[in-house]
Amino acid sequence: MIAAMMASSYNAKEEDGHHSGSSSHGGAGAVKSKKPDNTAFKQQRLPAWQPILTAGTVLPAFFVIGLIFIPIGIGLYVTSNNIKEFEVDYTGVDINSPCYSCAKNFSWNSTQSCVCSVNFTLEQPFESNVFMYYGLSNFYQNHRRYVKSRDDSQLNGDLSALMNPSKECEPYRTNDGLPIAPCGAIANSLFNDTLDLYYVDSNSTKTPIPLAKKGIAWWTDKHVKFRNPSGNTNLTVTFQGTTKPVNWRKPVYELDPSEADNNGFINEDFIVWMRTAALPTFRKLYRIIQKKSGTTPTLPSGRYILDITYNYPVLSFDGRKRMILSTISWMGGKNPFLGIAYITVGSICFFLGVVLLIIHHKYDTRNNSADIPN
Amino acid sequence: FIRLHQSDEGPQPETGQKVREKDLRNLVSNLPYEGLDKWKQPNRYFPGNSIKTSKYTLLLFIPMNLFEQFHRLANLYFVGLAILNFVPVVNAFQPEVALIPICVILCLTAMKDAWEDFRRYQSDKRLNSMPCLIYSRKVKQFVERYWKDVRVGDFVKVVCNEIVPADLLLLHTSDPNGVCHIETANLDGETNLKQRRVVPGVSESFNSIVVCEKPNINLNHFKEKPDKDKVGAGIENLLLRGCTVRNTDHAVGFVVYAGHETKAMLNNNGPRYKRSKQERRLNIDVMFCVILLLTMCLVGTLPGLPPYLVPHSNGHLDSPSLSSFYMFFTMIILLQVLIPISLYVSIELVKIAQIFFITNDIDLYDEETDSQIQCRALNITEDLGQIEYIFTDKTGTLTENKMVFRRCSIMGTEYPHKENAIRQAVLTEPDSDEEVIFTQAPQALQTQWSLDSDDVNRKDTMHHHGSRRKVPGTAHSDVAFSSPLETEVTPDKKLLQQISGAESTSVSRKIDAYLDFFLALAICNTVVVSMSKRNRTISVDSSIEEDHFNPPVKLEGSGGNTGAQTCSLHVPRSSSEPAVTPDMVCYEAESPDEAALVYAAKAYGFILLGRTPDSVTVRLPSGEDLRFEVLDTLTFDSNRKRMSVLVRHPISKEYVLYTKGADYAIMELLGTPYAGMFRNQKNIAADTQQHLDYYAKEGLRTLCIAKKVLSGREYESWSADRHRALAAIENREQLIMDTAVQIETNLTLLGATGIEDRLQENVPDTITALREAGIQVWVLTGDKPETAVNIGYACRLLEEEDLVINMSCKNKVRRPLSAAMTSSNGLFSLKPDPRNVDTTPDISLVIDGRTLAMTLSSDLQERFVELAKHCRSVLCCRVTPLQKSAVVKIIREKLKVMTLAVGDGANDVNMIQAADVGIGISGQEGMQAVMMSDFAISRFKHLKKLLLVHGHWCNSRLANMIIYFFYKNTANVNLLFWYQFFCGFTATAMIDYWLMIFFNLFFTSAPPIMFGILDKDISAEMLLGVPELYRTGQGSGEYRFSTFWVSMLDAFYQSLVCFFIPYLAYRGSDMDIFSFGTPVNTISLFTILLHLSIEIKAWTVVHWVIMLGSVALYFIVTLAYSAICVTCNAYWTLQSQMVDPMFYLVCIITTVVALLPRYTFHVLKNSIAPSPLEQARHLDRMDPITRDQWIKEWRSFRGGGQVKRSGLSVPPSPTLGTSVEAYPPSPTASEITGDEFTLNVISENYNRPVHT
Repeated sequence: MIAAMMASSYNAKEEDGHHSGSSSHGGAGAVKSKKPDNTAFKQQRLPAWQPILTAGTVLPAFFVIGLIFIPIGIGLYVTSNNIKEFEVDYTGVDINSPCYSCAKNFSWNSTQSCVCSVNFTLEQPFESNVFMYYGLSNFYQNHRRYVKSRDDSQLNGDLSALMNPSKECEPYRTNDGLPIAPCGAIANSLFNDTLDLYYVDSNSTKTPIPLAKKGIAWWTDKHVKFRNPSGNTNLTVTFQGTTKPVNWRKPVYELDPSEADNNGFINEDFIVWMRTAALPTFRKLYRIIQKKSGTTPTLPSGRYILDITYNYPVLSFDGRKRMILSTISWMGGKNPFLGIAYITVGSICFFLGVVLLIIHHKYDTRNNSADIPN
Repeated sequence: FIRLHQSDEGPQPETGQKVREKDLRNLVSNLPYEGLDKWKQPNRYFPGNSIKTSKYTLLLFIPMNLFEQFHRLANLYFVGLAILNFVPVVNAFQPEVALIPICVILCLTAMKDAWEDFRRYQSDKRLNSMPCLIYSRKVKQFVERYWKDVRVGDFVKVVCNEIVPADLLLLHTSDPNGVCHIETANLDGETNLKQRRVVPGVSESFNSIVVCEKPNINLNHFKEKPDKDKVGAGIENLLLRGCTVRNTDHAVGFVVYAGHETKAMLNNNGPRYKRSKQERRLNIDVMFCVILLLTMCLVGTLPGLPPYLVPHSNGHLDSPSLSSFYMFFTMIILLQVLIPISLYVSIELVKIAQIFFITNDIDLYDEETDSQIQCRALNITEDLGQIEYIFTDKTGTLTENKMVFRRCSIMGTEYPHKENAIRQAVLTEPDSDEEVIFTQAPQALQTQWSLDSDDVNRKDTMHHHGSRRKVPGTAHSDVAFSSPLETEVTPDKKLLQQISGAESTSVSRKIDAYLDFFLALAICNTVVVSMSKRNRTISVDSSIEEDHFNPPVKLEGSGGNTGAQTCSLHVPRSSSEPAVTPDMVCYEAESPDEAALVYAAKAYGFILLGRTPDSVTVRLPSGEDLRFEVLDTLTFDSNRKRMSVLVRHPISKEYVLYTKGADYAIMELLGTPYAGMFRNQKNIAADTQQHLDYYAKEGLRTLCIAKKVLSGREYESWSADRHRALAAIENREQLIMDTAVQIETNLTLLGATGIEDRLQENVPDTITALREAGIQVWVLTGDKPETAVNIGYACRLLEEEDLVINMSCKNKVRRPLSAAMTSSNGLFSLKPDPRNVDTTPDISLVIDGRTLAMTLSSDLQERFVELAKHCRSVLCCRVTPLQKSAVVKIIREKLKVMTLAVGDGANDVNMIQAADVGIGISGQEGMQAVMMSDFAISRFKHLKKLLLVHGHWCNSRLANMIIYFFYKNTANVNLLFWYQFFCGFTATAMIDYWLMIFFNLFFTSAPPIMFGILDKDISAEMLLGVPELYRTGQGSGEYRFSTFWVSMLDAFYQSLVCFFIPYLAYRGSDMDIFSFGTPVNTISLFTILLHLSIEIKAWTVVHWVIMLGSVALYFIVTLAYSAICVTCNAYWTLQSQMVDPMFYLVCIITTVVALLPRYTFHVLKNSIAPSPLEQARHLDRMDPITRDQWIKEWRSFRGGGQVKRSGLSVPPSPTLGTSVEAYPPSPTASEITGDEFTLNVISENYNRPVHT
């Protein structure tokens, strides 16, 4: 529409130019009347809806917002409160912490992995599916150079990108002349602690809790965005001629020895890590504890032991590591903020509605016989 | 009629000529060189006649256009950022992506330019291949060539109705008198014919050298000088390119300037560029944005916030200071949108659309002239809504500039022409048109009786002329009368008797002043007589209308005794030239005054039959054709304010100089008493002066007619001087004027004329509306104060109860003037209490040119401006064009107000250019004012809608759009800024680059443009009905310093909300960057669009389509993009968000919280303290009938209030012109300060004569 208007108004301009111009064409075609069309659009008389915001007209809107928001807020708040969440920090900053020594003695080169165990007690049983997260704090996964330091086409299984990764991956692009697969800083810093959860029953026997490692990544990521080069057959051959990222212990095709089709770029832990977190304090889904059939809670209340294979150093950047257990509702994890916000805003709107009602009674009647001051 | 220069070199300063040699050109004919190689051609250095107005060539379009575009600072900024992005250490986006916006903008502009250029190319091509005739020596005749083949030095033949291909020096025409008529409509829009003459003394065998000036743009200025014979030639010998030859079979000319050097091409400089007030304001705000951007970038470079985990590609971490330095530039790239570059493009689009709407307004279309409003300046539409002062010309602007001869005074006797007045009054009354038709006697009678009328009975019949004739039952259309109304004059009975008396006593004929008076009217002008008018499409010929006046004509002769006697002023046709019937003649005058006078003379039987450069033929009432030899014509100029024609009387062989001009110019030049008259000249002068004053008070334009008889010797010596002046190259104009002044002395006053210039329709209404709109209207006119005051009352510029301060001084006295101004200012200082203003009368100032000149001097300026500020209206009389522009400039600069100047003539050009907005009225006086104006309208009344409606709309629309644009960009970019606090100031964007670019380019660009084009806060009816609403736009209007900052604060608030509510909602969760960015971006879109919908005042279909379309586009494009681009960051983010209920909950609450303050503020403001605009909108929603009723009531209430105001504080002073019927004695002045200075205070009860 704008283009059309430009065109036609341009005509008018051109005519001017010719009129003033010297060299015109002897007034050819001057017979046509220049009378503008009497159309609603050209005369700016298009029928229009003219809302005027006055107390009277917007009153209902405020009340409606208030009446809708407050129940939503209450619903959200209740839902959020029903979510059970348990968090345990295992960084090992404190000298009494079980992982203190592991954290202290960390070195990238050590072949021996350091294992530490954290004991904790769940006061309440977790009824439904429990999601197990690892949380990192003060980890700037959203650092610009970090975010960019990946090659999505390599991760998508592009063979040429596999052997010749993007420049963005520098300085984690090649190692000893071989291309790194997967290249880049994000992949290089893959979270590699192993977490195992044991339930300690009254007899002090440790029962390992089954942790599902499938289904933690987005379906589209797992099946579309991330693909191994040339399918999933014999990844060792596929990745020949590449090298593992500097900080990794194992090459990418051996990430999950237990399950063959969870290796290479489609390893779900890897995929989850590659979705860089938005904020410096974040959690990432690690495992899912499926609800058992029947009425038994997924995680009954009681004592638990978390075994950590401590591989991931965070103290260098003053970071923290956490393990989070959380049930999940339709609104995701536990977060009372939204509920409170809805309740607050709803109340404010309701209050404003009342104020406007008063104002309406006081002033709006006057507007009917409006007079315009000079 | 000799123009050959005497060969003596005496007065010609040789050295001076040498100095100016460089400014001159020598041209010789091409003919001797025909067929020779190009390098032998003498005129090879001069450009050919082919023109090229296109800027680009096909091959070089891209580089040249880019070069052109990079002259704009905004584009450079964009490109600079894009280049910065290619520097690896600072880049924020993928470098290629960052190029997209600039490429889009450059491409759009380039496409527009290419299209424009192509049109120019086509028109050039068409022009260059127009046929023309060039003389060829080989063929020995004129051969047909194209325009582009014409070269300087060629001989070109132009036949009738053809367009002149280049600037030609006219050498030969088919006319025996060596005259060629041209129409310059293409050049300046004037449709009257102009005469051009053959260079005198040049025979067919032309072989001299033409010396001419370097090409210049002056259309009315050309000097040429063939060296050998020294024949001077001027603009009257030049046929300009673009003119059309009329009424002349063919003309041959020598090409002096060709192609781009022609005057027409040099004058052709496209639309003007003006910077509007809003744009200046805007640029300041853009600077604020730059400061804001730099501040934000500096915040981003604060060192040491997070430990940087990721080393550079070279493997090292930079030192903190270096990385801060890099970060600064990265942040600039990231936050670049804060500087709204796209705003400039949007404003351009909006203005184009606004101009489209203005030009298409049917109310600004004039049926009569079939002309729309022309917008010549494309970028000051919004200035129309901020005007505080209007400076208007009077003649042709407030008035029709269609002159009607109303009264005359001959030899001190006044002839009121009452019949004429009655006829005019009746004719202008539309109702009576069908029943009563007054026809002019000569016309009505000619068909029937003219043949048998003769000298004998005319004496009696004179008596009945001008009597009213009733034509019962013949219902004629108005059309028949529309044209003759201006041209026909019903003669005054008494005067006719006088003439016939003078004629009968033929002894005294040659000295009879009455005859001289009418001869002067007929001769002393530059009117061109055209016989065959039918090939030109101008109004109905009067001879056609005669047929309508069929026999049933009853004469109601007031004399009674002659009854239905046949009568005619016309002489029998059988006289010498039967081909020329007086009614066939048509007069083409350059000024309407002249035409009016010639028609008046015609009515009294002095019919101008023909005019050649050397002679004028006039038919006398006796039927005799007199052929006067015209010795010289001293054309009109604004310095002399008069023109003269020097003729040789065919009978008495006297050299007679007829002069007509402004009364004061003539009165000064009156000489010794005119011998042999019954009254002495002094008395006549005094009487005439009295009549003149009276005419002026009636609002008539006055002219004095004078004559001078020269002796043979006097003439000889003068003409020698004259010819020396004409042939001079240096100072030619000055010398010519000097000779004119030299001869125009010792004149004998013949009489004076009063010509009425009727007010245009709706002028009082328009002026009242403009003043209610808070606009001060000043009239700057060259007329006499009395005329101006009268017109002032007629058009309601002055009200009856106004206190009118009349300032005029005769000599250059500073002190009293300044004292007077102090005392007048004291008038105001006495009542500093603004509440008292209502009880004091409005004060108007009338000031004349001479006084004005003094007040404008630097020491009095301040006080004058102070005084003028308090005046409700100011009339400046007798001002020169330069003074007009000086007044405009001073008011504009001292008071810092927006000024608008409106005028129609060449004398208004200065003023039009000096004002912020110049408006030209395309009227009777050519197109010069229009050429220089920003807007060209055809009637004064159009100003009302143009300012009150379009001005208001354009202003408020653009202001709101600009503010919104600033808000939009800030609100959007700040989201990124807030994110920097959570990504360690590393310039990460949580929104995919592409989506970010699309966001500005597609999703949110159309709504503000649409808002700027279509939003209509108040209907046109309301704006016209309540002009006070215009005041809202004056001063800084809606786009103020505060509004800018309020909207910026709102932007900050909204961006905070839009960022932190999602932040708090998703904090600590497993949200990834781009999933987090998706709701933030969506919220931003909703907030921005809903913010706009709060601002939109009227929702039309277009609004809905664009707003909903933008939302739809956002979702469609984003969904498609995040589904298709697998390797992109945003892959599947929106999809995954849209299945999450949290997304919707967050979006809803954030949008509500973000807009709640603005919404509430609007509601509270509208409810508690609604602005006038809001109240008007309330009224607007009522049904039209109630609304009109309301407006009417409101107006009548206000009008009543005005009437009640009393003029108590008027100092008791003699009043000027308390009575109109009696000639007042010379104005008694309340002499406040001294002899030479008078300050008249005219109080109420000034009876103004009723106009129309």
